[in-house]
Amino acid sequence: MTASPGMRFRTYSLLGLFIFLRPLGNLSLAWGTKHFPQVLSLNPAVYLRAMADPFVALGIAMLILALLTRLALLSLADLSFVLPVTAVGYVLATLFGQVFLHEAVTAQQWMGSVLIFMGTGLVGTTSQNTTPNLNGRA
Amino acid sequence: MKWLLLSIVVTATALSDLLQSHEMKRAGEQSVGARGLARLLKTIALRRYLILSIGCLAVSFFAFMALVQAEPLSFAVPASASSFILETILAKFVLKEHVGVRRGTGALLVLGGVILLAR
Repeated sequence: MTASPGMRFRTYSLLGLFIFLRPLGNLSLAWGTKHFPQVLSLNPAVYLRAMADPFVALGIAMLILALLTRLALLSLADLSFVLPVTAVGYVLATLFGQVFLHEAVTAQQWMGSVLIFMGTGLVGTTSQNTTPNLNGRA
Repeated sequence: MKWLLLSIVVTATALSDLLQSHEMKRAGEQSVGARGLARLLKTIALRRYLILSIGCLAVSFFAFMALVQAEPLSFAVPASASSFILETILAKFVLKEHVGVRRGTGALLVLGGVILLAR
């Protein structure tokens, strides 16, 4: 099934939004929890206090929006298309970790990033939706 | 214990994604604009399998937290990435998606990349 240019544009817009939202959400969450003075335990009160931190709250909000974006994406594209293509987010998370959290990134990890880009590029050349939408809309 | 937690993570993730994909295709095209978001939230509220999928996601999340608490991240992330392959196979046979050579090879390359990235 060939997607119309409009549908392709909407799919890639949602993909772009999701790919940025998830690592940014994780980064904000990691930043907030790393600077949170208490150790997170099984005590829910500590989690609630952590959620009052602006970076933690922003991270959670971005991750909820990322989940909703992914749901919208799945209304347009196959699961077997979305899974590998959104894996580019792993590369962005690594990059953000290095730039903002000063985490060390090894040559092996950069090699992993290259493999992810290659896999994503390959899947990106396939048709985004190979099943008809069950409610009859293409 | 780690294999039990890992199998919970992989199974719950795969089940969640299959339910989401199936239900969202049934729901028709959705968006995340101001009006689209309200429609999407309504869709979630009205579809019990989508609510179940979010429950599965929560199970997967907490099992993953328990896994990374007990095991190194360099084991937890690549091991749980095996759900990639399980889900691609299930997408082909359960959701009847067309998974050809290019899509299958791409998924394997991504899996290899995630394993290298996590170590």
